[in-house]
Amino acid sequence: MQKITIDPVTRIEGHAKIDLYLDQNGDVADTHFHVTQIRGFEKFVEGRPYYEMPSLTARICGICPVSHLLASAKACDAIMAVTVPPAAVKLRELAHCAQFVQSHALNFFHLSAPDLLLGFDSDPARRNVFGLMEEHPEMARAGIALRKFGQEVIEALAGERVHPSWIVPGGVNAPLTAAARDRILAGLPQARATAERTLEFFKGVLDRFAEEIAHFGTEPTMHAGMVDEAGGAQWYEGRLKFKDAEGQAAAAEMRAADYELFVGEACLRDSYLKAPYFKPLGYPAGIYRVGPLARLNVADGMGTPRADSELAEFRQRAGNPAHSSFHYHYARLIETVHALEKMERLLADALALNPHVRAHAEVNCLEGVGMIEAPRGVLIHHYKVDEQGAIRWVNLIVATGHNNLALNRSIAQVARHFVHGAEVREGMLNRVSAVVRAYDPCLSCSTHADGRPALELRIIGPDGGVRTIR
Amino acid sequence: MKKVRLATAWLDGCSGCHMSLLDLDEALLEIAKRVDVVYGPLVDAQEFPKGVDVALVEGAVSSQDDLEKIRTIRQRSKVVVALGDCAVTGNVPAMRNSIAPRKLLERIYVDGALENRGIPTEGVPSLLRRAIPVHEVVKVDLDVPGCPPPPKAIAFVLAELCEGRIPVLGAKVKFG
Repeated sequence: MQKITIDPVTRIEGHAKIDLYLDQNGDVADTHFHVTQIRGFEKFVEGRPYYEMPSLTARICGICPVSHLLASAKACDAIMAVTVPPAAVKLRELAHCAQFVQSHALNFFHLSAPDLLLGFDSDPARRNVFGLMEEHPEMARAGIALRKFGQEVIEALAGERVHPSWIVPGGVNAPLTAAARDRILAGLPQARATAERTLEFFKGVLDRFAEEIAHFGTEPTMHAGMVDEAGGAQWYEGRLKFKDAEGQAAAAEMRAADYELFVGEACLRDSYLKAPYFKPLGYPAGIYRVGPLARLNVADGMGTPRADSELAEFRQRAGNPAHSSFHYHYARLIETVHALEKMERLLADALALNPHVRAHAEVNCLEGVGMIEAPRGVLIHHYKVDEQGAIRWVNLIVATGHNNLALNRSIAQVARHFVHGAEVREGMLNRVSAVVRAYDPCLSCSTHADGRPALELRIIGPDGGVRTIR
Repeated sequence: MKKVRLATAWLDGCSGCHMSLLDLDEALLEIAKRVDVVYGPLVDAQEFPKGVDVALVEGAVSSQDDLEKIRTIRQRSKVVVALGDCAVTGNVPAMRNSIAPRKLLERIYVDGALENRGIPTEGVPSLLRRAIPVHEVVKVDLDVPGCPPPPKAIAFVLAELCEGRIPVLGAKVKFG
């Protein structure tokens, strides 16, 4: 009997742990993914005024606070029953695109690139962004610059980079100035060049990872992502499209307000992270994936020229639908290029400088649902309030939750392929962590109940014996 | 010059303070020449090492795991910095403190689910009755408030600590 512990799983956004159970031959028989934190936002916000919700729920996640600000503000827009001024929609979308750039850059360069460039089996003491600074300084600089650009755009719009209070119910609280627009426009060409160069680099090295591509979560599942009326990718305002494992539409496209007809939530005994499932198929058959890979799989197009041509190439290389979760990395880089193209388009519109950016109203509906695509997948905020606007009930379904069932299965697949009890090397365990990194789970988001995801890996043999490898 | 052994830890927080650290941008390249990051979410160390010079701690102490972790951090670190409002005061995580943990968990895992209802118990740490600031558990050498603290303040803190001085922050930081 063996037990191997990886604690914590590193270079992920949060804490979790994984148990691997070995059979008598030393092969992996079963795996359990534990997310170990719960914060209770859905309960402790009861009684607060609804208009505090954007600022409060931003504190669910410091990596993608803009996602929570937007989903929350949209739920509040619905409670006020207002139409957000068109200029404010543009500015919200601009901040959203900037967040995709900074968040995707963080995952690719700061967290995942050490595996891809230094090697899954390289020295764990150097296999990090600081090792990258020494071995591949140009790549480390590119990552810092791209993340910085995204954060600077958020700062130019909102005055602060993390937890900006600028996105509010009814719109945003200040228009974009011409000077700030020009600053952003001045930085865009270089950011685009960096993103496109990185995508080219990644495509160039993709063939080195044939074994990872073949085993990093390749089980066909459904995919879900938001689309516009023409079926193109949409991150801010759209309907959620579910496609089955063969790439066919699985249901009518879902409006935000109808999410409870499509998405159920199950509890797992061994994790604070609940497991949403596609309700028409039930639990656990209704497994689906969200996030960059799923969004590329469900969309008919990206709607910007470079990203569209990259999508066509992606489908050729990775399949349509693409099943390997390793390709989350590839999809993330295409989305980064798209986000920058979209920012150019948003800023070219004269409406971006329009001063009418906020609608004011009292409570006009006792319920509201906000849905957006966060960098990691679809995010839903659902609030019920009383006549005075005090929160009575809240439900939050976050991106990483949707991926919980698929992430569990991907971990099992990677562990079975790469980990063998007779001779467990650190690099094998790092691959189990790496498939988690590919999904880019945000465990601080996913456990909007409490704070800390610690990923810990244990392998337990059939006789109850335990081995810990550090 | 000997590099300063730096650890960063994330208890019950949102990672916003770590993001503010990354918001040092290119200055990170300079800091990396002076410090060796030996533990934290950005590196692969499995265990909090001994002989840490500076530990930056984000987040409140909220679960049994957090409690054990902060005690280990204190034992093995010369200087412990409470980074951000959650570590300094409890902040947002402490908003749950008026509610019994059982009620909180029932709301989420019994009332808030359709299948397999029930509070998770296997392989997950129990919640403490209250989410508490770091100083309620161990001695803290420096408080750096902010939600999150601004990157410039974090840069100043690291520069001073690298010189062996405890920084005087004054108006460089504020709560919220």
